[in-house]
Amino acid sequence: MSGSFNQVCFRTVGLPNPASLKTYRSVGGYEVLKRIITEKIPAAEIIAEIKLSGLRGRGGAGFPTGLKWTFMPRNYDGEKYLVCNSDEGEPGTFKDRDILRYNPHQIIEGMAIGAYTMGVKTAYNYIHGEIWAEYEIFERALDEARVAGLLGDNILGTDFTFNLYAHHGYGAYICGEETALIESIEGKKGQPRFKPPFPATYGVFGKPSTINNTETFASVPYILQHGGQNFLDLGVANSGGTKLFSISGHVEKPCNVEVNMGMPFPELLALAGGVWKGRKLKAVIPGGSSVPVVPADIMMQCTMDYDSIVKVGGSMLGAGSVIVMDETTDMVKTLDRLSYFYYEESCGQCTPCREGTGWLWRVVRRIAEGKGRMEDLDLLTDVSNNISGRTICALGDAAATPVLSFIKHFRPEFEYYIEHGRSMLKA
Amino acid sequence: MLSKQAIAKIDRELSKYPADQRRAAVMSALRIAQVEHGWLSKEAIADVAAYLGIPDIAALEVASFYNMYELEAVGKYKLTVCTNISCMLRDAEGIVEHLEHKLGVHCGETTADGKFTLREGECMGACGGAPLLLINNHEMREFLTPEKVDVMLEELN
Ligand SMILES: Cc1cc2nc3c(=O)[nH]c(=O)nc-3n(C[C@H](O)[C@H](O)[C@H](O)COP(=O)(O)O)c2cc1C
Ligand code: SF4
Ligand code: FES
Repeated sequence: MSGSFNQVCFRTVGLPNPASLKTYRSVGGYEVLKRIITEKIPAAEIIAEIKLSGLRGRGGAGFPTGLKWTFMPRNYDGEKYLVCNSDEGEPGTFKDRDILRYNPHQIIEGMAIGAYTMGVKTAYNYIHGEIWAEYEIFERALDEARVAGLLGDNILGTDFTFNLYAHHGYGAYICGEETALIESIEGKKGQPRFKPPFPATYGVFGKPSTINNTETFASVPYILQHGGQNFLDLGVANSGGTKLFSISGHVEKPCNVEVNMGMPFPELLALAGGVWKGRKLKAVIPGGSSVPVVPADIMMQCTMDYDSIVKVGGSMLGAGSVIVMDETTDMVKTLDRLSYFYYEESCGQCTPCREGTGWLWRVVRRIAEGKGRMEDLDLLTDVSNNISGRTICALGDAAATPVLSFIKHFRPEFEYYIEHGRSMLKA
Repeated sequence: MLSKQAIAKIDRELSKYPADQRRAAVMSALRIAQVEHGWLSKEAIADVAAYLGIPDIAALEVASFYNMYELEAVGKYKLTVCTNISCMLRDAEGIVEHLEHKLGVHCGETTADGKFTLREGECMGACGGAPLLLINNHEMREFLTPEKVDVMLEELN
């Protein structure tokens, strides 16, 4: 069932002025919000529809969105906050940027519906530091929505009041982690909080908060327009709907595509023009740099949904960030770069992560420089295992995962480096 | 000293947060000050802190935590090349080497005429446009080739 493209979050892609309110309205934008708030659709009904749709968080963890929305204390009186996570910085991920620049109003509408459902009046969209142009596009969309009476007090003449603001990051991968992001909104260093308490109890400014990814929010208007069952049927078991895939690296045409969940990987690869320069596929990281690498022959058997990537691929769908590596890729050098990234971006709060990421990187670097020892491979495994599960947030595990999976699948390349002081690809 | 224009911009940011949460605007206030001066001196950071009514150290902590703030003077144009995985696979290293050669500096350094600072950066969430770089944090150039880099340098010179 891989027929349709750009059907949900990318509805406006390809139309003139895709980011404008006029274009968004031309595809039915804000109709759902209007119906919900004028007919006062009960929150329970909205949540039931989201649950039926099978929508799972698109930020990487895949947590069921309908369920998350029930965690917010409905009758809490006092401020509550809604937060959109557009701090996309996981290497290989660039989908939210395209929603921001081509269809910002759908994020706004999805957040407004979420706010109505959870009884929230104020929300923030946290936008990654390096995409300034998209931040400005989003700010313009907010202005347009305010002028049109779609944000602010008494929206469309109802008693629904909702204010949404953009918060711009300034260069810290860790702020993608939801509690670091909350700290950052508060004007602090982006250091993750201990959980519990979870954001639904203690979030932005200490108030109950819900945080979802950009693509998650942007999927909501479609679901409520066409029904949960419709969205569910676009995908496969346990993976309802469509998904944006960011395809980068060694392909002819790196791109984002929105397709039905469950598309066979070879078809997805073909959408990006296939492996570049007529070369052979060596490996794929299917969900962003923090998920295990998958060798080509296994990857070619996978379909692009949560279950297949786990069960067949031994990896994770993550944020749908497909990094393609051809036969010339030096896996030791690639791991060296990734390990440096996690070392550089560790916030430094937990000893196993702060020390461990530095240690991993130095050992991988030593091997890449031709000065490695055979014991280093066990050492890397050991250090990785000692980080996993011993830290405040998942960045520690994220640093260990590439190390463990690269060595597992490409061990001979590492051994060759150690024995010969250079890559076997140049032999 | 923060200029009148900077204060107007900071006030707009402050309006996004509850009145008793002025600290929440520190990231944008620092960014606004940096755009004005090119980098963040101790004085600029103290001015931002004073305006928001927070301790200097709270503003300094933020300025040193996030990668895009500069705590020392940089060239007129700071060029940050992403060298993370998706960009690396499309020869970001070649772009860095070309820039190093053309500018006569290594990554992390500033040209003698104070015009360019060269940096390596982490994933910018734009991997489909690899290889790519940022000019002064806010302007992205994608699908780079050595030829395109040359044209860009001409334009900036
Ligand atoms: C180190 C780290 C980085 C993360 N980066 C992002 C990110 O860039 N975008 C995102 O939506 N979620 C990111 N997450 C996941 C968030 O913590 C959170 O689970 C997510 O925003 C929830 O939204 P969802 O349920 O809609 O996916 C990251 C998590 C970790 C541990
Ligand atoms: S695991 Fe690493 S990044 Fe996460 S809180 Fe601990 S030190 Fe910071
Ligand atoms: S790896 Fe360079 S922008 Fe993502």
